Amino acid sequence: MMKAISRSMFAASMMLTAGAAFAANTDVTVGLQLEPPHLDPTSAAAGAIDQVLYSNVFEGLTRFGPDGSVNPGLAESWTISDDGLSYTFKLRAGVKFHDGSDFEATDVVFSLDRARAEDSVNAQKALFAGIASVEALDAGTVKVTLSDANGSFLFNMAWGDAVMVAPESIDDIKSNPVGTGAFRFDSWSRGDKIELARNEDYWGTPARIEAATFKFISDPTAAFAAMMAEDVDVFYSYPAPENLMAFEADARFTILSGSTEGETILAMNNKQAPFDNAKVRAAVSYAIDRNAIIDGAMFGFGTPIGTHFAPHNPDYVDLTGNSAYDPEKARALLAEAGLADGFKTTLKLPPPSYARRGGEIIAAQLRAVGIETEISNLEWAQWLEQVFRGYDYGLTIVSHTEPMDIGIYARPEYYFQYDNADFQTLIADLAVEADPGKRSGMLKQAQTVISEDYVNAYLFQLAMVSVVKTDLKGIWENAPTQAIDLTSVYWAD
Amino acid sequence: MLIYALKRLRSLVLSLLVASVVIFAVIEVVPGDPAAFMLGINAQEDTIAALREELGLNLSVYQRYFNWVGGLLSGDFGISYTYRSPVAEIVTERLWVSLPLAAYALSLTVLLAFPAGILAASRRGSVTDLSVMGFTQLGVAIPNFWFAMLMVLAFAINLRWFSAGGFPGWDEGFWISMKSLTLPAIALALPQASILARVMRSSLLDTLGEDYVRTCRAKGLSKAQALWRHALRNALIPVLTIIGLQFSFLLAGAIIIENVFFLPGLGRLVFQSISQRDLIVVESVVMLLVFAVILVNFAVDIAYALVDPRLRRGR
Repeated sequence: MMKAISRSMFAASMMLTAGAAFAANTDVTVGLQLEPPHLDPTSAAAGAIDQVLYSNVFEGLTRFGPDGSVNPGLAESWTISDDGLSYTFKLRAGVKFHDGSDFEATDVVFSLDRARAEDSVNAQKALFAGIASVEALDAGTVKVTLSDANGSFLFNMAWGDAVMVAPESIDDIKSNPVGTGAFRFDSWSRGDKIELARNEDYWGTPARIEAATFKFISDPTAAFAAMMAEDVDVFYSYPAPENLMAFEADARFTILSGSTEGETILAMNNKQAPFDNAKVRAAVSYAIDRNAIIDGAMFGFGTPIGTHFAPHNPDYVDLTGNSAYDPEKARALLAEAGLADGFKTTLKLPPPSYARRGGEIIAAQLRAVGIETEISNLEWAQWLEQVFRGYDYGLTIVSHTEPMDIGIYARPEYYFQYDNADFQTLIADLAVEADPGKRSGMLKQAQTVISEDYVNAYLFQLAMVSVVKTDLKGIWENAPTQAIDLTSVYWAD
Repeated sequence: MLIYALKRLRSLVLSLLVASVVIFAVIEVVPGDPAAFMLGINAQEDTIAALREELGLNLSVYQRYFNWVGGLLSGDFGISYTYRSPVAEIVTERLWVSLPLAAYALSLTVLLAFPAGILAASRRGSVTDLSVMGFTQLGVAIPNFWFAMLMVLAFAINLRWFSAGGFPGWDEGFWISMKSLTLPAIALALPQASILARVMRSSLLDTLGEDYVRTCRAKGLSKAQALWRHALRNALIPVLTIIGLQFSFLLAGAIIIENVFFLPGLGRLVFQSISQRDLIVVESVVMLLVFAVILVNFAVDIAYALVDPRLRRGR
């Protein structure tokens, strides 16, 4: 009630202020819900680190484009040996780190060796697992030798966890990141904001804005107020979809709705009874009405998926038909599995709203076919401990935001504990396959296998909804990786 | 007197020791591994082990406790697990927001509560008294975050007098920073002022009924003179106690208001650290607050003894 009142008053006030636009300027303030814990993208999983720094401050050998394609980054070009085992990168000339030192082949050797070292704390260490050696041929050429051919090596090198860092600045990287990007790190008021300034000596096309501020606003109501008061110019991944209508009606703002790499799934503990029975898993999948969840929990934002793959990927196969909403069939499958009277299980929910709101709807849908769930709300740290590492759960909801992560189904110890030798062989073969046509076929096959095995119930692809000032152009609509690339952002006059 | 002070000092040290054990033990049993949290769901087990090693989480519970307490004694609060910078530095940054905010809110509280309370007590039963009582009832009842949102709506979104939140930092200028703390301070002060005004009123009414006030009146002082010269000073004792409590509450308990105005204060730091399992920050901040409270109590104990000779003997 209180919220309803304040919202309608906000809406009323909005009418009064619409049109009070301010002069366009040369800097941008970006609102974000989460603050980075520190500023080293190569030693933590927090998406907020990449959002602030990826491509803006730090660059890798290759980089993601707005459509998720892999483009040349600090490596201008490369050649791949016929056996697919060695990659020779030609580095861009004249690239300097923000502290003035040159970016050279030795920095590449340092960065990659650091990431794959024994005591490395890289959150995506698997990206570097196949590297056998890294050597500098001369100041501008690096040769990377792999132990097995790896079709996704260039893709892996574009990740935020694979950016280039320098040995001279590594000790302070967590509070003073020094990269090669179009912006250099300026200051950080912890708990409040991070400021970046344009790098005037950038090797590529310089950024069009002079300065960028990332402001951390965790409360959804405060996010609404900050946007309405024009304290921020863009709110990335806007946390309060319930008041998007107010922005839609206001000419000052534009809503960007794009795709992400976040497959949101109702994960099932495949080794725990009764989910060790494929019929039960199928029953759960049939019991779920994806559209009701997208409408009810996500305010209509999201694309239904039938497997663990992003729909905007050219290799995506629409398999939602394998588990189209059919409660009758779900009940029949339960009866076949000897559970005609249903059963009880746990549903453990991490903090994001897709899980908390989606969980309530899913619990109701499962109850309709006789499955009783006991919901518990967990913090992330508890979720990691109980669900992810402890396997102590029946059902959970989580969005897997890493790009191209279908390979997790080949890891039998991964939290949903899917153990299928054929699938594991398929992924191992895929890893060493370089032919694009064959890769595509294998990816499609992999999607089909997990869909038909009903490993998890696949819900929807998370949408990324951002609110942007209408005059601000060049913000990425889609999120192929967790990045807020500001290098080509500008103000229209 | 000296023996009394030493006794109080002994109990202060004992309280701190007990508090450190309790805080450490409570936080130790919180489930969740800081290293696993940092590295997310794609991390390999060996990477998590490497980070645990780096953070010193592999030491035994006793070693970690003594390292922590030993550090505290020498002024070293340790290194934050998530931010990876000294806890003392992080806490100091937050105190630069939280202390001024608490002081600002407390000043507003006193400025509002004293006149209102005194006025209401001196005109007991009048329309003034009734309206003070009515408004303070409302002030206690209204949730302050809701009131804060209304102010944002009115002054930030509509009138554009203030920004919706955030803190520019003291380097940007004193007045700019004070301005950004104004709405939060008002939101925090409103319920506290209401409570304090009611305490002020009832305390003053109590003293006004005392024999010595009647004596004052009998020797010819006017009602106002009796109130200002004699009753008020004595009525202040419970009021000061409340103010002391309110200050520690405002320092650590402003978290909801900090969220509404996205201020980088101490409350938000603790909240964030708990969810990120940055346990060393939580332990140190809680310990610091306990220390502050115990120290204030110690000072109050000593002050009581100075005022009241009976306390110096006995106990």
